[in-house]
This record gives sequence, structure tokens and C-alpha cells, in this order.
Amino acid sequence: MTYIQQFLFVIAVGVTGFLISKRVGLIRRAIQLGRAENRSDHSDERLKTMLLVAFGQKKMFANPLVAVMHFVIYAGFIIINLEVLEIILDGILGTHRLFAPVITPVYPFLINFFELLALGVLIVCVVFLLRRFVVKVSRFQPERHEEMRPSWPRLDAALILIFEVLLMTAFLTWNAADSILRDRGIGHYGELQGVVPDFIISQFLKPGFSGLSDGALIAYERFSWWFHILGILTFAVYVTYSKHLHIFLGFPNVYFSDLKPKGEMKNMPEVTKEVQLMLGLSPADATEVPAEGEPAIGRFGAKDVEDLSWINLMNAYSCTECGRCTAACPANITGKKLSPRKIMMDTRDRLEDIQKGWKEHGADYKDEKSLLGDYITAEELNACTTCQACVQACPININPLDIILQLRRYRVMEESQAPASWNAMFSNIENNMAPWKFSPGDRFNWADQINEK
Amino acid sequence: MTSEKTYTVPTMADMMAAGETPEILFWVGCAGSFDDRYKRVTIAFARILNHVGIKFAVLGPEETCTGDPARRAGNEFLFQMQAVANIQVLDGYSVKKIVTACPHCFNTLKNEYPALGGNYEVIHHSTYLQQLINEGRVKVEGGESFKGRRITYHDSCYLGRANKVYEAPRQVLAALDADLVEMKRSRANGLCCGAGGAQYFKEPEAGKKDVNVERIEEALGTGADTVAVACPFCMTMMSDGVKNKNQEDRVKVYDLAELIAKGQGL
Repeated sequence: MTYIQQFLFVIAVGVTGFLISKRVGLIRRAIQLGRAENRSDHSDERLKTMLLVAFGQKKMFANPLVAVMHFVIYAGFIIINLEVLEIILDGILGTHRLFAPVITPVYPFLINFFELLALGVLIVCVVFLLRRFVVKVSRFQPERHEEMRPSWPRLDAALILIFEVLLMTAFLTWNAADSILRDRGIGHYGELQGVVPDFIISQFLKPGFSGLSDGALIAYERFSWWFHILGILTFAVYVTYSKHLHIFLGFPNVYFSDLKPKGEMKNMPEVTKEVQLMLGLSPADATEVPAEGEPAIGRFGAKDVEDLSWINLMNAYSCTECGRCTAACPANITGKKLSPRKIMMDTRDRLEDIQKGWKEHGADYKDEKSLLGDYITAEELNACTTCQACVQACPININPLDIILQLRRYRVMEESQAPASWNAMFSNIENNMAPWKFSPGDRFNWADQINEK
Repeated sequence: MTSEKTYTVPTMADMMAAGETPEILFWVGCAGSFDDRYKRVTIAFARILNHVGIKFAVLGPEETCTGDPARRAGNEFLFQMQAVANIQVLDGYSVKKIVTACPHCFNTLKNEYPALGGNYEVIHHSTYLQQLINEGRVKVEGGESFKGRRITYHDSCYLGRANKVYEAPRQVLAALDADLVEMKRSRANGLCCGAGGAQYFKEPEAGKKDVNVERIEEALGTGADTVAVACPFCMTMMSDGVKNKNQEDRVKVYDLAELIAKGQGL
């Protein structure tokens, strides 16, 4: 019996590993569609930012109550995984509580700590479900936000939270059933009598199981043990298809985030060369020959995901759709179509659709669609005030503004599709050296009034 | 009349002809040069510089748009044409230190010109005024008293979030000895006035309301009689918001430099 269980367990772990590695490979390939961008500079500052913002969740503390609740789930996730290590080893080796005899003095302390966290995670997940579906926190509501209207984002959020509740319930009740079997001295459970005591939370669940026969208890113990670990393995695969991927990508996402002032737009060196030629200046690096194998300049700005930087694409896979960006966006607050969260979700949807194309039509397949037009409309792009509130609000330093501005560049420089009044502003700058139609000669007239009262 | 102090505004060309080098270049910006309302800010700041005795100069007719609205709208060519031409002028005068009252010019000159070869020390006028106050060179006395007046400060995105200048404007206002009240959305969480990203130069997209109205409602909610701004575009948006709410008799919008100049009786 034990051998069959060990065999099945190893297969389950193997299948999980295979599915995850396949999916990770696809996501990596999708992110690598983006243009190269070097973000390996200032490693000290990057590490510090990652420790503060990703590990320390500094930006979450803009709302301390939510931050503490989120921290409980986060700490629970990381720390309970230590227990998962024991469970996996037990599963492979056919042992029971492998670590208990080895680290007897600290074992109860550890499990008590895990149980407290498990209870915390369970409570917080219920609160989060209530916030989403009963209290109806505005940024999650489809009535208010177009990008939350398809069923998947809401289902995804609900599934993750319900998953967690079930996993924590299985973990706690497993400990309770195991504890009764130990008390009754049955089989290998009884061998740990005197080694493993009752635990801090599950002891209170024991009365609910004490009426069961030995056989029923063993059945429940096995069921909850398998449900818990298979649930974790399933969840690990599910995460790679879900917005929940932020639990892993949040860290590199913060590490590689932009360290420059938020107001600074990326320069376009390919434009600089042309401008210097037009102005009759010799480019500083006129003798520079493009490096071997460097691709020719494609287009100005971005039309589709491959015109964006890999950072933008990693941002898209890291987004948890929490909507703090959108809740801070002045355009969205005042009822315009623009939603920074939708920009990130559209970018990810585009990448996922490209992946589907690879699966169905071969690895180099490319459909006729593009991010600009088929996913993100000009109306959304034009509504942006570039105020950087979305960038500021994101707990993991995602930058929706960078994508918006690159798409705008394509609209204006490749398609000449600026709104008419922007074209007027451009021609004023070109002809009058100011965005308005004033004579450049009048620019200094203000000084005539300096001595008037 | 002869006893009245006369203010002067030298240009870089004047200075060069006289063989002199100014301490700072005052970058006026397009709004500061052409917008009737913001010209009063330019004049207030130039008067303060005169009063303190700062050796400054302006580019005058040689100044042109930094290219900021073109860049934000997506027209990188036009931005770089402007930037490269401006850098030639600035470098021609060997400019080292620039002070400007426009956060958009400030952000562009400070953060975006270096990639095109223009490297200067760029300071926003809020920071510069704060320095002058701290050094005791600007004393708010001899003019209008602001004691007990309620003032709320509206953060400009390109000064605040873009460049983390949150304290300098507030310290300048503190020198007025007024009652500074904060809006709920302030500093890093400040709400945009609605003008940035070249929005100022077109009609807004369809929506429920205008951004400046949303913002002015918040400002009026503080009970302030003065909304202090530090940006020409915020100035227009907030003033329009006040008009939209028919509060122009009760609530005034002023730039920091204007408030200091008033306090000094300039």
C-alpha cells in the first residue's frame, strides 16, 4: 500500500514539474519577444529596492490594514512551504513526519507556528473574498471597470482565494486527525506518541473527529494529506496561467524596475542621429558602425508587443490586476476609457494569444492582430495625462505609462494619427517655437511690464 | 517716481556683450512668456530676483519651447529638434545653472536633456525660493499679511511624483505664516490637474467630468481661500475649476512666487 502511494506521489510531482517547466519556457519565450533593454546597472540599489518593495512590501503599506492582511498570506505562503518540504519528503520516502524525531525540541514550535499562519491565511482569504464580492471594493467591480467584465479575471481571483481556504482547512484537519490516531496508538501514527504533542490550532478540531472509527480516521488522514499536497501541486501549475504569477515574478519585476526619475521619458537614439543630420550637426558617434547582428531599426514607437521592451512584457505577466493604478488614474476617476490596469491586462492577453498561435500553427506563427488597435484603442492612449500616479500606485513597480507613451509614439510618428489640435500644437512649436500661435519676436515682451504696478 | 525701485531683466546676450556671467539663467518657458496670467508669475519671480540682488539673465527672444508637450504627445522628432537647438544656445552661453518656474521645463531640462548632451544644474523656482528663504536672503515682510489665511497646495505631477520635490513648495508657503491645509490626495498621491501629457493642448476624451473639476472640488473642500500652485498648467486648470464652481470671488489661485512677492510688497 505504501509503495503504491509513493509511486503515485513521485508521478504527481514529476507531472507537476513537467507542466510547470513547459509553461515557464513558453512565458520566457513570450517575454523575450520584447526588445532588449539593459537593466543590470546599479545592482546595490536594485537589491535594496527589491528588499524594501518586494520582500518588505513597502508600497502595500499605503493602506496598513490591507497590507497586514496581505502580509499574512505572503508570510504564510513562504513559511508554510517549509512544511511542504517535509510533506514531499514523506511522500517520496513513505515516511510519516520525517523531521519530528530529528528535530524533536523545535518540531512542535514549528508546526504551531505553521498552524497559526494557516489560520491567519484562512481568515484573510475569507475577508478578501468578502471585500471582492460582498463589500464590493470599487476597483474590483465589473460595473465600474471594463477590464473586469470578462468572467475570467473575477473567476481567477475567486479560485485563488477558495483554493487557499481549502488547502489551509485540509492542513489543519489533517493535523487533527493525525493527532487522534497518535493518541489511539495506531500503527506508525502511534510511534510518535510522546515525540509529537497536540498542536495549537488543530487540538480544537479534534472533537469533530473523535467520534470516527480508526478506519475512518485513517481514511480521512490519508484523504486530507493527499488533498493538501495535490492541491499545492495543482496550484503551482495553475499559478502559471493566473494573475497570481506575481508571487514569483514580483521579485524580478521590482529588481529590474526603472530607477530613473518617474518624469523621465526614454530617449530614442535612432531619432537623435536623424535630428543631428537635419540640423547639420555631425553626430557625436558618426564613425560608430552598428554592431554585427544588431537588427536594423524597426519602427518608431510600438505597435505590438515585440516593439515593447522585455521589461514591459515581464510587467504584464507580473500584474495581479489589483487595480490600484486604475483607482489612482485621473482619467479613469473622471470616467474616461483609459485604465492602466487594462493596459497591462491587454499586453498580457496579447502575449497569451500569440502563445496560442504558436501551439496551433507552429512556433513562428504570427497573426494579423496587434496590441495597438485590436487590444488598446487610441481613445485610451490619448486620455493619459502622464501624471505617473499609476506608476506610483503599483505595489510591485509596474510601469503602464511606459507602454502608453511607446504606443503614442507609433501613432504619431508612424501613422501621423495625432488628434487635430495636437497637430496644430506641433506646427506652432515648429513655426513659432511655442505651443501657441504667438510671434517668437514677442517672447520677451513680458519684461516691458515689470515696472508696471 | 524716481524714488521707485526699477526692476531690470538682462538677457544672456546683454551679459555676454558686457563680458559678464550671470549666477543663474532664469528659464521663463512658453507659458511664462505668453500666457497673460502666468506672465504675472514671471514678473513676480523676476522682481524677487531683483530685490534679492541675484545676478540673473534670461534668454529672451532666443528661448524656445523645450519640446515637452511634443514628446509627451509622441512626437519624438519635434522634441529632439527643439532640444538639440536649445542645447546649442545654452552651451553657446556656457550656461551652468538654470532656474525655471515651470515643472515641465524643469523635468525636461533636468532629466531629458542630458541624454542629448545638455548637462546643467536645473532647479525649480520652489526649491530656489526655499534656498533664498533659508539663507535669509528672502524675508517675507513689508507686504500683505497671510497670517491665519487658509492656503492649500496643489502638487504638480512633474514636480512631485516626477522629481520628488514635495517639501520645498510647502516650506516656501510656511514662510508666509499662513494656515497650510492639505488635500487628502497630496504629495506622492496628489491628483493631476488634468493638463499633463499634452492634454492641455486638446479637448479631453469623453467622460463623466473634467479632471480639473474633480481636483478643485477637493481643494475647495479644505475650506482654503487660496490655492497655491507651482506650475503654469496647474494654474490655468485650477483657475478654470474655480470659475466652473463660481467661486472666483472667494477663492484665488496663486503661484508660490506671487505669494512671496505679495508678502514682500513687491
